[in-house]
Amino acid sequence: MISAFRKVEWNPAAGRAESRAWAALRRHSGVRFGAAVIAGLAAAALFAPFLGTGDPAALDPAARMRGPSGEHWFGTDMYGRDLYARAVYGARISLAVGLCVTALSVLAGLLVGLAAGYLRAVDAVAMRVMDGVMAIPGILLAIAMIALAGASLTTVVVAIAIPEIPRVARLVRGVVLSIREEPYVEAAVTVGTPLPKLLFRHVLPNTIAPLIVQGTYVCASAIIVEALLSFLGAGIPPERPSWGNIMAEGRALFQVAPWIVFFPGLLLALAVLAINVLGDGLRDTLDPRLARRTGT
Amino acid sequence: MLAFLLRRLLATAPVVGVVAVFVFLLLHLGPGDPATVIAGDYASPEDIERIRARLGLDRPLYVQFGAWVGRLAQGDLGTSIFSNLPVATLIGQRLEPTLSLAALTLVLAVSVAVPLGALAAWRAGSWIDRAVMGFAVLGFSVPVFVLGYALIWLFAIRTGWFPVQGYAPIAEGLGPFLHRLALPAVALSAVYIALIARIARAAVLEALAEDHVRTARAKGLPERLVLLRHALANAAVPIVTVIGIGFSLLIGGVVVTESVFNIPGLGRLTVDAVLRRDYPVIQGVILAFSAACVVVNLLVDLLYTVFDPRIRY
Repeated sequence: MISAFRKVEWNPAAGRAESRAWAALRRHSGVRFGAAVIAGLAAAALFAPFLGTGDPAALDPAARMRGPSGEHWFGTDMYGRDLYARAVYGARISLAVGLCVTALSVLAGLLVGLAAGYLRAVDAVAMRVMDGVMAIPGILLAIAMIALAGASLTTVVVAIAIPEIPRVARLVRGVVLSIREEPYVEAAVTVGTPLPKLLFRHVLPNTIAPLIVQGTYVCASAIIVEALLSFLGAGIPPERPSWGNIMAEGRALFQVAPWIVFFPGLLLALAVLAINVLGDGLRDTLDPRLARRTGT
Repeated sequence: MLAFLLRRLLATAPVVGVVAVFVFLLLHLGPGDPATVIAGDYASPEDIERIRARLGLDRPLYVQFGAWVGRLAQGDLGTSIFSNLPVATLIGQRLEPTLSLAALTLVLAVSVAVPLGALAAWRAGSWIDRAVMGFAVLGFSVPVFVLGYALIWLFAIRTGWFPVQGYAPIAEGLGPFLHRLALPAVALSAVYIALIARIARAAVLEALAEDHVRTARAKGLPERLVLLRHALANAAVPIVTVIGIGFSLLIGGVVVTESVFNIPGLGRLTVDAVLRRDYPVIQGVILAFSAACVVVNLLVDLLYTVFDPRIRY
């Protein structure tokens, strides 16, 4: 698969092969479902002020803890705030955290993985550090970091990204180790290609397909962990509406006003499901090697 | 075997070292003065000084680390700032609910997921297969606390079949113990059922394509025995591996589930410690959980030899 991937780039028929991949992606029902739901949520997050939401922080003591109705689609919370508005604005935080964590951990994992895969001296040390980080349960590590560094969007993103780095680094390292034995890489080394060029021209392109697939799983997990942390009171500061924060506020009132917890929970599950289904579809079409290994 | 155990223990040493350094440095990674962070927003300068002196934060970093590791080696995990009790005692008090929840979840997950995965592989491509795999994706996607609340609403509030929250120690009898632990364990097991079912399906699918399975079928062995004795037996190693990998995930899940169901275990201890910035407790719990992870993965390695006699160390 690896050598085929390279051939595609140099082949005169490259255009056709690429459009075949696109066609396969567009045909895949999981990819279509996932992409549509994510696009919908992203649009809602971007255009939140224009979706009849009103002010998510506006208090209305006369309308406290009302169930879902025509006026308040998702009901109101204990301060009379409109939960539909809060949930739509909450999509901003969840998606932003998902994207930022994915970008950060993929980038860091890529650098560590490339270095470890290519430089033996780095490999031994870097991979032992990665093993150590992997042994610490990720959610606990994130909770502790946020508690100590103070809750803000930045600390939440960094704290969720760090435990994700080792998995990405391992994946990239594995790809690098298998690529460096390929004849075309040996050929490139023989003609004296400098290391940076070798890595970026020959090795990096082979990591893209598995990284896109892994990136979707990182993104799904990051959205869950952010909601979890906010739910436990150790995440996004409570004054900002995020799905986890809304659910945290509804916890004590669950028996009398279950809708406060349900709607953000439902949106959260839907978002994560869409990303996971998209990821599975991408894996099936972009990375058949991985698909065979997990057999799904 | 003994040589393998020694080699494996030696290989874990760097991992344990990295964990120790990481947990120690956590406090110093954040911005600002650790003593001020621990003391919180309403502390007086005297409080901060008291904490600084008590935790030895006024000494050089390497001296602090050395002293800390020395105390760890004697089993001293430090003392809680909030309750003034030794962290090891606090962990001991909270161990039972957490262990019970984790064990019940694992048992439930394995006993549901392995048959489901094997069934899906046996009837690969059928509607059973698609249903199992669809359920697996769903299991990955519904966060444990969302599922937990859905279960509470359905089976506790609406029907009253189960208690809403709380925990009954096993000493009060097996009935109440299981009755209270049932919903949390079901909620927490969903993601493991998904994870293990996927791996079980893949492993059984691979085993079913092997020559010895074809031989077994050719000699007229009943399908049930083919599946059990030949396919599943060969699928044991990947299944055990994924349980080991999933263990750190399980710990994260336990922390959250305990909060949803109000179970007084290690997870609640952690969350309370975080909210109170009780740093020695946070440090102690993370260390204990990480150590558990390392031990479980060691056990998984040993289990390989049980499930696959071809593997020798």
